[in-house]
Amino acid sequence: MAAQTMFEKIWDRHVLVGEEGELLLYVDRALIHEGSSHAFAALDRQQRKVARPQQIFAFTDHYVPTTGRDKGIEGIAIPEIRNMVIKQHANAAKHGIRLFGFDDPGQGILHIVPPEQGITQPGLVICGADSHTSTHGAFGCLAFGIGASEMMHVMSTQTIWQRKPRTLRIVVDGKTGFGVSSKDVILAIIAKIGVAGGVGHVIEYAGSTIAGMSMEARMTVCNMSIEGGARAGMVAPDDITFEYMEGRPYAPKGGAWHDAMTYWKMLPSDANAVFDREVALDATQIAPMVTWGTNPEQTLPVTGRIPDPESAVNDVQRSEYAAALDYMGLAAGTALADIAIDRVFIGSCTNSRIEDIRAAAEVAKLGRAKVPAWVVPGSQTVKAQAEREGLDKVLLAAGFEWREPGCSLCTAINGDQLQPGERCASTSNRNFRGRQGTGGRTHLVSPAMAAAAALTGRLTDVRDLMKSH
Amino acid sequence: MQPFTTLTAIAAPIDEPNVDTNQLCPTRFNKVPRGPGHARILFHDRRFDADGKQKDFILDRDPFSRAQIIVADRNWGCGSSRESAVYALYEFGVRCVIASSFGDIHANNCSKNGLLPVVLADAEVAAIRKQLHAQPGATLTVDLAQQTVTDAAGQVHRFDIHPVRKKCLLEGLDDIARTQQYLERFEIFEEAYRRERPWLYTAAP
Ligand code: SF4
Repeated sequence: MAAQTMFEKIWDRHVLVGEEGELLLYVDRALIHEGSSHAFAALDRQQRKVARPQQIFAFTDHYVPTTGRDKGIEGIAIPEIRNMVIKQHANAAKHGIRLFGFDDPGQGILHIVPPEQGITQPGLVICGADSHTSTHGAFGCLAFGIGASEMMHVMSTQTIWQRKPRTLRIVVDGKTGFGVSSKDVILAIIAKIGVAGGVGHVIEYAGSTIAGMSMEARMTVCNMSIEGGARAGMVAPDDITFEYMEGRPYAPKGGAWHDAMTYWKMLPSDANAVFDREVALDATQIAPMVTWGTNPEQTLPVTGRIPDPESAVNDVQRSEYAAALDYMGLAAGTALADIAIDRVFIGSCTNSRIEDIRAAAEVAKLGRAKVPAWVVPGSQTVKAQAEREGLDKVLLAAGFEWREPGCSLCTAINGDQLQPGERCASTSNRNFRGRQGTGGRTHLVSPAMAAAAALTGRLTDVRDLMKSH
Repeated sequence: MQPFTTLTAIAAPIDEPNVDTNQLCPTRFNKVPRGPGHARILFHDRRFDADGKQKDFILDRDPFSRAQIIVADRNWGCGSSRESAVYALYEFGVRCVIASSFGDIHANNCSKNGLLPVVLADAEVAAIRKQLHAQPGATLTVDLAQQTVTDAAGQVHRFDIHPVRKKCLLEGLDDIARTQQYLERFEIFEEAYRRERPWLYTAAP
């Protein structure tokens, strides 16, 4: 048989039937959240049932408040938000779907909890009601986000119609420098390929840098595939993957574990598999990154300066740069490290796992926050582990706020939001206009960089901060 | 789903690339049940200030307020998978967006709701936008069966579309009916698949 990529192996095993190149894929698992109300409304309208409720998992994350949980669902202050959470719990109960809900000890973000629970496994097709479903590809599965109509289709048929995407391999080699994290690696990748660079492609991340990463770090990389325009990102499963998974609640046990491993080990791309495109990056050249504009390709090393729209390559880019600077309230030529910030957000499905909290705490030890700085763990599991390690104490002692898990300030629909004009150093994934609240200004950074910004009140090269201590 | 066949309508040029779905529907409106109110949600924060007063965004200017076609740049609808972005376009009256590329999820969401995403080359969308700025209120004709866009100068631009998507849009077919024809095949597939990977179906803890 011809050499195959990991993507092709998974894809081929899931095709049920094709119609002129549009293929019906079997879906192993689907992930939904409070915002999937539109999909449930469509199911109800058409009087349809959920075909395989045991393969659908629901999470309370987008709308859930990150403080004041002790009063229960009824204690959620904003009525519209309370209703979203109540409605989700009712829908899950009605359709027999496992919900990691408001009071669940495993509650958390839909891209944080399934890996922790062992729901995310190599070789699967996973659809999520959210574009960052690409996160799960870190385990060597094909995971992508879909809209409400497609989710309704998945829930009622356990399948989805897709056209076969092209493949793009991004090979990152070399050892990252001091103070450089997986977030900086993915921001550097997006800066290189552009926000539309991956459109129509599935990315496989490979190379020694990726192979040397923990699962948490790989998830951060795959998470932001969508910011490079790709719906899915993947990393070949290896011993790091298996070690992470073993013993998790939904992971296979005993003999089944060994059967599963046999299959998982066949998944990585064959040595001579051909990708439609290849991109290479040298990790040793990557510095801590900061976004300066209103999309994630407008990214520079923290040592850089705000670009001059006059330096743009064409008219479209020139007006795009000028509009971004206008929205961000920044002047061309300003050193990034001179930009004062109002707030810091450490959280989101990009960077709210235990390693992210550890990285933030490590920096927080060096001083005291000068601006409001929130730490929002991705799940109750992360929160509990961080508390066992005493990281909450470290962060609180440095003046950071330690909150309850959820999406929070990443997408600003649970009541947490920036005020107009406020500038935030954020570990989330989107610096779009208004993403963190109407008129809010977002600079995307790694957890260590965010913590450093909190200590100085401006964008800061975390390497300088750490070296001076 | 409403079928899409041909459309001759006023087109509005939106020059910026990378218009993300947060712009089309700001997140706080995601929870709004689908309805006519979505017309006002489209580009809400670009169109209205904090007091709800109009800011003179292009889609609020006559004749563009009557546009049923948007001619954009590259990477239209990138970002979040929210289908509310399509509800906003649709309720505003938009039935077709022409761009040089689309966010994949948004393009799917459009075509599942009877809204046609058309991909033309960078130079073509730029030229058509220029015409529309020069002659505000000019109409374009989009013919799905022929796969053509006729611009304000009468020039015809051909576009590609997947034959299945084309058929579904032309006939207003929704996918579920199509999928259900394969129910028997689904059951055979699933049985074999489950036998092959029993570990996936062990009871939840
Ligand atoms: S944390 Fe942000 S990006 Fe991630 S699922 Fe929640 S809202 Fe989406």
